[in-house]
Amino acid sequence: MSGWREKLPGFAVLAGLLVLWELSVRLKWVVTPTWPAVSTVLETFWQSLADGTYLQVFGSSLERLLYGYVVATLLAVAIGIAMGVWRRMYLLFEPLVELLRPIPSPAYLPMAILFLGIDNTMKVFMVAFASFFPILLNTVAGVRSVDPVLIDTGRTFGLTRAQIVARIVLPAAAGYILTGMRISLAIALIVTVIAEMVAGNSGIGFYILSAQRSFLVPEMYAGVIALALLGFGLNKGFVALERMALSWHEGWHASAT
Amino acid sequence: MKLGVEGVSKRFGSLTAIEEISFDVADGRFLSLLGPSGCGKSTILRMLAGLIGPSRGRVAFHGETVAAPPPGMVYVFQQYTKSLFPWLTVLANVEFGARSPHARRRGHPASREECMQTLRLVGLEEHAYKHPWQLSGGMQQRVAIARALVARPEVLLMDEPFSALDALTRESLQDLLLRLWSELGLTVVFVTHDIAESIYLSDEIVVLSRAPSRILKHLEVDIPRPREQLATRESPRFLAYRRELYDMVVAG
Repeated sequence: MSGWREKLPGFAVLAGLLVLWELSVRLKWVVTPTWPAVSTVLETFWQSLADGTYLQVFGSSLERLLYGYVVATLLAVAIGIAMGVWRRMYLLFEPLVELLRPIPSPAYLPMAILFLGIDNTMKVFMVAFASFFPILLNTVAGVRSVDPVLIDTGRTFGLTRAQIVARIVLPAAAGYILTGMRISLAIALIVTVIAEMVAGNSGIGFYILSAQRSFLVPEMYAGVIALALLGFGLNKGFVALERMALSWHEGWHASAT
Repeated sequence: MKLGVEGVSKRFGSLTAIEEISFDVADGRFLSLLGPSGCGKSTILRMLAGLIGPSRGRVAFHGETVAAPPPGMVYVFQQYTKSLFPWLTVLANVEFGARSPHARRRGHPASREECMQTLRLVGLEEHAYKHPWQLSGGMQQRVAIARALVARPEVLLMDEPFSALDALTRESLQDLLLRLWSELGLTVVFVTHDIAESIYLSDEIVVLSRAPSRILKHLEVDIPRPREQLATRESPRFLAYRRELYDMVVAG
C-alpha cells in the first residue's frame, strides 16, 4: 500500500530516536539514574501491563474521565442547542460563557477542592467543567450553521419545533458537535491527569507522580508511555466512531464545493 | 375556490415588498407567479405556505386563514441541495415526507413500497439507496418532488424549482411536472422569472411588477393541452403571449 510507504519516514524517525535513547545509556553517553535505557522502560511497561497494574490504574482514571465527559457532553449539547435555537438564551448566556471559557482549567482546581474536597466528585467535576466549553461552543456554531431552508422544509411538512430540533437540527449540526467532542476528549484526559496529580490516591496521574517521588524511574517513564498510548487509542477510537456517524458528511462536503 | 390571497401586503421594516395583492387559485389549476428577479414572488409563495405572515390581508386555504404551514400543501424549494437531508438516502428522504405529520393528517401514511413507487414515477428507483449529493441537480430536484408527492398534497407550491438547472434538464422536468400534475389532480402555484416557462406550464399567469410588488395582469393561457416542448413553443399563440408578457415584465 502506498499509504504505508508514505508513512514510513515518520516511523523511521521515531525508531531512530528510540535507538538513540538506548545507545545513549548503553554507550554511557548519559550516566544518571534519572535516564534509564528504553529497553528497561519497555520491560517495566510490559510487566505492569501483564500483572494488571495498568488495568487498575487506568480503570479508575477512565471511569472518572468518562463520567465527567458524558455529563459534559449531555449538558453542553442540550444547552448549546437551546442557545443556538433561541436568540434570547444565547444573549442570556453568551457573556458568562465568554468569561469562563478562557480560564485554563487547572486554575479553578483549588476552588473545586475547597467546595468538593479531594475525592472523586471533585475530579469528575473538573473533567466535566473543562470538557463542557468546546462542546458547547461547537454545538452553538453547528446549530447556527444549519441552513434555514432545511428548517423551512421541516415546517412545510408540519414538524413541531421539537421535531425540527431532533430530526433536522441535531443531525445537521452533528459534524460540529462531534468535532467539539473530539477536542474535549483530549482535554478530559489532560484534566484527569492533572487532578489526579494534585489531589489523588488512584489513577494514572497519581501513579506517575508517586513513581517519581519514590524514585521508581522506569515506572515513571513507562506510565507516560502508557498514557501516550491511551490518548492515542482514545482519539483513534473516537475518529472511527465519528467516521461511522458521519459517513455521509465527507461526500456531501466534497459535492457542495 | 381552494386558495385565496385577499388584499395581502407585506412590509419588511419600512420597506414595502408586496402591495395589496389579491387572486384566487381554483381546484386543479396550474398558476404561475411571473415577475422580474427580486419582485417578491417568493415572498408571496412563502405567505401562501404559511412560512411567513402577511402584514395586512390574509391567505385562505379552503376558507380558513393560513397562520402556519397547513397540511395539504407542500413547498418545493429552489435550492434543492439545501432542502434535501444530506444524511439520509434518497429513499429515506422520500420516507421523511411520507411519515411527516402533515402526511399523517391526510390519512394512512405512504408505505416504503409506495415511496419506491413514487421514486419510480420520477425515474429514480435505481438511485433509492444513494445519498442526494451523489445525484445531479435535476435528479435531486426530482427527489424533492417525490418527497413532496408522498405527503399527498392537494397543492404544490414551487419556488423557481428548475431555475438552477441546465436547459435540457429543465425541459424534461417541466414535462414530468405537467404529467404528475394531470395524473394526480394537483393544484400547482409555480414561481418563475422565466416567461416561456410560465406560458408553457400554466393555465393562468399572475404578472407581478417590481417591488413594491403589485399585480400587473392576471391572464388565462389559452393553449391546448397536452403541450409539447417544440410544437407548443413554436405556435403563434405561444409567441404572442411571450411578446405580450415580455413587454410587461421588462417594463415592470
